[in-house]
Amino acid sequence: MAYTKRFDGRGFEEIRKMSAEVGIISRAKGSARFQIGDTIAIAAVHGPRELHPRFLRKPDKGVLRCDYDMVSFSVSERKRPGSSRRSMEISHVTGKSIEPVLDLSKYPNTVIDVFITIPQANAGTRCAGICAASLALADAGIPMKDLVVAISVGKAGDKVVMDLTKEEEDHAEGATDIPVAMTPRNGEYTLLQLDGDISKDELKEALVLAKKGCDEIYTLMQKTLRDSFKEKK
Amino acid sequence: MKEYLLGLIKDKKRMDGRGLSTYREPITIETGISKKAEGSARVKIGNTEVNVGVKMELGTPYPDSPDEGTIIVTAELIPLSNPNFESGPPGIQATELARIVDRGIRESHYLDFKKLCVKKGEKIWMVLIDIYSINDEGNLFDAAALGAIAALRDAKVPVIKDDKVQYGELTAKKLPLDKEAPILMTIHKLGDEFIVDPISAEEEAVSARLSIAIKGDRICAMQKGGADGLSLPEVEKAIDLAYTQVEELKKALK
Repeated sequence: MAYTKRFDGRGFEEIRKMSAEVGIISRAKGSARFQIGDTIAIAAVHGPRELHPRFLRKPDKGVLRCDYDMVSFSVSERKRPGSSRRSMEISHVTGKSIEPVLDLSKYPNTVIDVFITIPQANAGTRCAGICAASLALADAGIPMKDLVVAISVGKAGDKVVMDLTKEEEDHAEGATDIPVAMTPRNGEYTLLQLDGDISKDELKEALVLAKKGCDEIYTLMQKTLRDSFKEKK
Repeated sequence: MKEYLLGLIKDKKRMDGRGLSTYREPITIETGISKKAEGSARVKIGNTEVNVGVKMELGTPYPDSPDEGTIIVTAELIPLSNPNFESGPPGIQATELARIVDRGIRESHYLDFKKLCVKKGEKIWMVLIDIYSINDEGNLFDAAALGAIAALRDAKVPVIKDDKVQYGELTAKKLPLDKEAPILMTIHKLGDEFIVDPISAEEEAVSARLSIAIKGDRICAMQKGGADGLSLPEVEKAIDLAYTQVEELKKALK
């Protein structure tokens, strides 16, 4: 049966309601909260600071370290506290998606730590985490060439859709999940993953959709940062 | 910093101008902060923030208590909340925090374990209370304990169908809780004085602490921490100080 109407009533190219905020954790150098639908991500930046153990230091540039994890009660069936293979992989690809916008040569021998926590999950957590991390880095005053913006696109049933929910990821007739991160200024993809089953043409359609979604999120993120400076004045 | 704080305390002064037995304000408690937990709460004491979630699972009872459910308290002091916290499995600090919160609830019989029995000898509710530090500006202990109580109060029992929990479907049934909640207060010795609700800088300068859980007019759990010992008059003084603060924290719970 064709997927003609989305479970939550949205248009197929419509993003869930979003909100963003920076400076939410006073103990951190920079911090942010990013919400998309029922998915919430918070991120904090500590550093640049001394990197231990010593052998991991790089004399010519700083090291970016990302750590992603979910709160045990962020999902329906309690997740065991602590890291997993999944969270380790997401931490890794998150770091890789953000690194291109940072000029780490200013911070030799140091580490910039980015911690991402998901207090509530309804699909798209790694993308929400990347948006929160990117805002937190900007809030921390780390020089960046651009913000990194992320959205999950894909297929639910027979339709290419923007910003899948958990219910859509579990679509009875199959689903394809494509988390994408972009640096809007140069239009490059810095995160690209895919799970599912999709044709080449549909994938192209989904990637164009992702670009559209990222532009929308980019506007919100820029506004959030600008407003935070207004408040500081 | 330590010398500065110890100098101030000689004149009974604190860095942020508070009285020795004054909690930061406001103390705020929000419940229902998570759509996925059976119960949840966010507690803020000043800038310090903890989030607590209650999840319920069906389990088998311990052989020595076949008709009793149980609680499991876990605390994660995540590195996001404090630049000094490290990633990895819970360290002693997180474990001690979870154990103190656990004992305050368990020993005060705040939760009626017998009413958590689904089928004697076979099936019981396990109530999992998970505590996350979000912003550690000091006194996570008291904030976490308040959060656990608020999340338990917020919780609703999920639906069971074919012996399986239907997560996301909640009954109208609340947890079997006593009217009177245990309140945890941690009293810290700074120089020769006792203070409540230290900020992070003060926590690093205190020589000893005593956590006291009080329910009604009874003491149901205690834990001494810190490097130095406490004399009997000091223990008495700390307990008396805790009793003067109970009402203050109870007010926040309402």
